[in-house]
Formats: sequence, structure tokens, C-alpha cells
Amino acid sequence: MQLPRRVFLALALGAPVSASRAADRSILLATTTSAENSGLLGYLLPRFEKASGIRVKVVAVGTGQALKLGERGDADLLLLHHPPSEEAFVAAGFGIDRREIMANDFLLVGPAEDPAGARGRDVLAAFRAIAASGAPFVSRGDASGTHERERELWRAAGIDPGSAARGWYREAGSGMGATLNIAAAMGAYTLADRGTWASFANRRGLVVLVEGDPRLSNVYAVTLVNPARHPHVKVAEARALADWLGGPEGQAAIGSFEVGGTRPFRPIATARAVPGSDGGR
Amino acid sequence: MIGRLAAAPGPEPAPLLPLEVEGLVVELGGKRLLDGLSFTLRPRRCTLILGPNGAGKSLLLRVLHGLVPPSRGRLRWAEPDPARRRLAQAFVFQKPVLLRRSVRGDLTVALAARGVLRRERRARIAEALALVGLEGFEGRAARSLSGGEQQRLALARAWALRPQLLLLDEPTASLDPAATRMVEAIVRDLAGRGVTIVMSTHDLGQARRLAEDVLFLHAGRLVEASEAAAFFARPSSREAGAFLAGELLA
Amino acid sequence: MGPLGISGEIGEAAVTALRLLWSADPELLAIVALSLEVSLAATALAAMLGLPLGALLALARFPGRGALVLLVNAGMGLPPVVVGLLVYLLLSRSGPLGDHGLLFTPTAMVIAQTILVTPIVAALARQAVTDLLEDYREHLASLGLRPLAAVPVLLVDARYRLATACLAGFGRAAAEVGAILIVGGNIRGHTRTMTTAIALETSKGALEQALALGFVLILVVLAVNLAAAGLQRMARRIEG
Repeated sequence: MQLPRRVFLALALGAPVSASRAADRSILLATTTSAENSGLLGYLLPRFEKASGIRVKVVAVGTGQALKLGERGDADLLLLHHPPSEEAFVAAGFGIDRREIMANDFLLVGPAEDPAGARGRDVLAAFRAIAASGAPFVSRGDASGTHERERELWRAAGIDPGSAARGWYREAGSGMGATLNIAAAMGAYTLADRGTWASFANRRGLVVLVEGDPRLSNVYAVTLVNPARHPHVKVAEARALADWLGGPEGQAAIGSFEVGGTRPFRPIATARAVPGSDGGR
Repeated sequence: MIGRLAAAPGPEPAPLLPLEVEGLVVELGGKRLLDGLSFTLRPRRCTLILGPNGAGKSLLLRVLHGLVPPSRGRLRWAEPDPARRRLAQAFVFQKPVLLRRSVRGDLTVALAARGVLRRERRARIAEALALVGLEGFEGRAARSLSGGEQQRLALARAWALRPQLLLLDEPTASLDPAATRMVEAIVRDLAGRGVTIVMSTHDLGQARRLAEDVLFLHAGRLVEASEAAAFFARPSSREAGAFLAGELLA
Repeated sequence: MGPLGISGEIGEAAVTALRLLWSADPELLAIVALSLEVSLAATALAAMLGLPLGALLALARFPGRGALVLLVNAGMGLPPVVVGLLVYLLLSRSGPLGDHGLLFTPTAMVIAQTILVTPIVAALARQAVTDLLEDYREHLASLGLRPLAAVPVLLVDARYRLATACLAGFGRAAAEVGAILIVGGNIRGHTRTMTTAIALETSKGALEQALALGFVLILVVLAVNLAAAGLQRMARRIEG
């Protein structure tokens, strides 16, 4: 028990801690719950840490909160999957060297009985069918990358689920796993990323109903927090992780990650960093 | 830390008494609870305050001890310094206030508060416990003692402070007859050691056994102040007569 | 997880909890140790701040005392997420204390929990000392002790209720997740505690694992309370 030391540190507001921490080679990676919950990072990072000697501390939050951590200089590197927000983040001068490293896809999951008849349609038609049937749909509702994508899909389908007081559209305000728990409990439809879905244990009656639609592609990119804005950011170490993820070793590891009998992530990195890439695809 | 405030009482402390009370009035919440009392307390006497419930006996004791300030009137003590007056007194409550500690701990706090030096405390404690028949009780939890033992411990604590004046507020009111007799024996013992006793009671038998002087209160007024023999033989007031006849107990 | 029904699921989770403890999985042990370390440190700090504050509020009379008592009592219901957010803004690199680099460290978690626990300890201590003072007031006055000089006497004599106040504070700290999730970040091997691990397992849909961790947490809190009760009994025996 290091109790007295901890008490002392807290009393001294940890001045000695910060001194000792500056010496150790570690970075803070802010990422989304979908990347963490799938188990991918638990698979990749030990390999990187072994190769580089740099320890990676992962804080898994919603996309909005991760961007805020970067904006305030509380993280060194971001791993996110919502290109428009990431590009805005770079454009505002908060981040540099955004680099796309992998992709998977979103899935429309729902009850096996499929009361709305969404199965096998393209995703916009499936969304329209759900809205028309009034079958329950659970939204992340947390301004995450997945939530943003879901809103884009509703817009493209010409439906505004939030407008009327429609009982069928429920905003969970939660991470992917928690939202899947709710959908499973309600027998509702929801949009999920393949990584979280593949590792999700509590499916109950939920099955995949729509997949493979080009509108469901999901691109992950790393962005360095701008050291010009936050001088304390460990830019060399953060860049080392970004380069490893985009390099041959990291790309091979991403491609070989397996969960629930599938390989949910595709390596897509190009040879060099692509600042301001279009990413929208 | 408390000891510095109070000099340890020397071998020959300045006399606290006599006390002359003149026109003592106490008003609380707009009600006059003590109404114009005048009397003299003589040293080395055993004075019993008698009277029915609500006469103001407990309040008078608290005024004498400095716990309640008088609204009007004067208390003229032989000792002019108020801090020294407090040091020369001890108080025993009807329901003994004992600390949540061992007997030794309870006595130690009192002795330390009164500035008794650490090296003297052990002997004082042993001697005081012996006086009240609680030898060997040092390690017991004070509040685990029986009611009679608790009141004897309160008396031991009071005696350990070496008071010139001991004030007791109905100390036997909630005790059985055997415990009451033990407390009375201790009070008599202390009186024999030269401690001035002022004690309230509504027990006439107890007053007859202990009193040398009597203050008889009724409805906040001092109706009679006389020597005990005279009071019990020929009460001069109607109220005292009724009280002695057992008609004023309520 | 089969169609076992609620009792079956709870039973399975309890078995998993025992298996986890029995296997002495180093990651689990590290999580348990960090939880204890953070919550006990926060409770110790809260006791150092809250006990004197509670005694002061019980004994001293000063302008604004009533408002402060109200504030402390209301502070027992501080929402952990709000405290977490405030501490985050304080410790963030862009915040006033950002230079210390404390965000996402156990120290940050101790700070947040200390803020949550101190009002509980202070409010319960104030009540304990107030009740005791009611009993002792005339005796202490008779001895010539002013109320403030009596603080050590009152704190020692209220020790059992003060210990209970600290245990209540510890319970709050050990069960709390909202504040430490924000300022600690639930970083594996660094700031992951039992409560944040439970939240994580739940979000992964691993309900059995989450519930098993919940049982471990309950066992640990129970063990701390048992240890405290044992210490109290020992203390009582020594007092006689």
C-alpha cells in the first residue's frame, strides 16, 4: 500500500509526480469507445510498446470528448472515425498530420424478427422502412462518430427523426456497448460499428440486417495534437505510434486482428501522412 | 496546555467564602425564576437547599457556580478573582456527566483542565477513588458503571479537584436507597474534611440527616434561611410548614 | 449467457467473482489495490479536513456559520460527474493547474474523491460533536474549559461516531465512478479501478464479468468495514 505517499502527493498537488512522469516515455491516446471496446487496441498496443518502449495510455471516450481533450492539450494523439470533425479540428489549428490508417464498416442491427422489413435493403431504404413502421430505433445520441454518421444517414434518407415527438426514436446518450445493451433489451434497431459488434457478448435477439452498403464505410485516422499550441505534447512519441500504425508492422497487425470469428478492420494506410486528405469517401 | 491558565492551588489557598448574596434575580425568557434572594453562605458548613420541584434550586446552584449569570443583584465572594473562584469549586450534577473513556481518563481530563501537574494525577486519582470505594476501577469504562457507582465517581472527581466549595444538584434523585446512603456518607466525609457543601434536595429525610443550614425556596423566592435545627423544629413560614407536612411536594 | 433468468445470471457472476479472486489474477489485484489506495487516500484526506471542520462548525459561533453548515450538508449530495468535470477543468493542460500534468493520474482521482467525501465527513462529524457537546457542556464549563479548548476532548470521545463518518465517506468513494472516470480516464494498468472497470465491462456487454467485478467490490468494501469494526472492538477492550 502506497497510501501515505499518495496522500502526500495529493497534498503537494503532485509537483513531484509531474517531475517523475516527464521522464517516463508514455503518451496519452484519446480514442472512441468503439476502438477500445472491440479489443483492437488491447491487441495492437502491446506490440507497439514492445517495439518502441513507449507506453500508451488509452482514454476511451466519445468523439466529441476526445476532440475536446485534444483541443485542451490533455492528449497527445487522437484515433477517431469521423473525418469531417477531424478535418475541422486540423483546420482550426488544434491538430496536425491527420493520417487514415484503417477502415471497417457500420452495420444496421436489429431484432431477428425484423418488424420493419429492413433486412437486405440498402441502408437508406432500411432507415425509411424503420421510420415508416414505427419500430423502435436506439440512437447513440452522444455526438460520437457513430452518432454523427447515423444523423447523416437519416438526413440522406430525408427523415428527421428528432422533429416530431416520435416514440420510436430513442436517444441513449451512451457509448456503443451501452447502446447495444439497450437495443438488445428493447428489441430495437441501432447502427453499430463492426468492431464493437464483433466483440459484443450480450446480443440476445439482435442480428445484422444491413451491411456492405458503401454509405456504411467507417474510416479511422490518427491526428497529432498540435505541439505549436501545446508545447508539452509528446510529439515525437505520438508520431512514433502514428508511424507504426501506418507502417507495415502496424498495418499487418490491424489486418490480422480477429474477434468473434471475423476480422473487422481493414488496413488502408498510404505510405506517407496525408494532411487534409478527403477522407469522406 | 490547559494547565498554564490556572496556577496549581498552593497549600494554603485564599479563602473563597463567606459569600454574601444580595437581591439576586434571574430572568430567563421573560420569566423571573429567582426573585430577590439575599443570604450568606458560611465556610465549612453543610447547607441544604430545600423546596418543591420548580422552586429554583438547580438554578440557584448554577448561579453560584457561575454557569448562569445573575440578571440583577450581587454575589460578594471573599475571593475577588473569578478564575480563582472557579478553581475553588466543584459541581456534581443530578445525572452524572461522565466522559466516554475509562475512569482514569475521565478523572485525568478534569485534573488536566484544572492544571494539576501530570506527576500528581495518579496519586490524586487513586486517593479519590479510594474515598468513594471505587479502588481498582481505573481501567473500567466510566459509563459502564452502575448508577450509584457513576455518582460516586462524579464525587471522586469533584474531590480530586480539592474544592473549598462543593455544589451538588440533587445527587441522589435517581438512586436507590442503598446507593443514596453511600453518597450521603461520602458527602458527610467531605464535609468532615473541611469542604463547604451546598446541596439541593427535595428529600426531607436526607435534609434532616445532612443539613446544618437550610435555604428554603418556593416559586423562586427565598422563604426561609436558617439553621437546620430551628427550621425543622419551628418553620416560620406557611409554605415551609406545608412542605414539612408533605403537602407541597408537587 | 444462456436463458438462465436473473437468479441464474447472478449466481454465475458470483461464481465468476470467486474464481477471479481465487486465481489472484494480477490485473484484477492491481485494480483492487488501486481502488483501495485511491479511496482510502481520499478518505484520509477528507478526515484531515472534515473532522476539524465539523468540530469547528459544532463549537464555534461566527457570522456565516449557518450558511456554511447548510453548504456542507448539501455537499453530501454533490453529483460526482459535476465534481469530476470541475476537477477536470482545473487539472486540464488548459486549466489553472495544468502545468502539474495531474490529469489522468491516480492523484487526480484522489483530489476529486476528496472533494466528494469531505462534506460527508464534516457534516457527520458536526452532528456527532453537537450531540456530545449537549451532554458535556455544563461539565466542561464547570471544569473551566472553553468550548474550543475542549475540541480534543470532544473529538476523542466522539471517536466511534467519527469513525462511522469516515466509513460512510469511504463507502461513497469506493462506490463512486462518475468523477474518477472523467479525471482518471479509466486507463488500463494506470487509473482503472473496480468501478470504472465495471462501467467498461457493462459497456462491452460483458454483463457477467461486470457483475463479478461488482461482487469483488462489495467483498472489498465489506472487508474494510469488518477491519474497522474489529479495530473498534479492540479499542473498546483496551479501554476496559
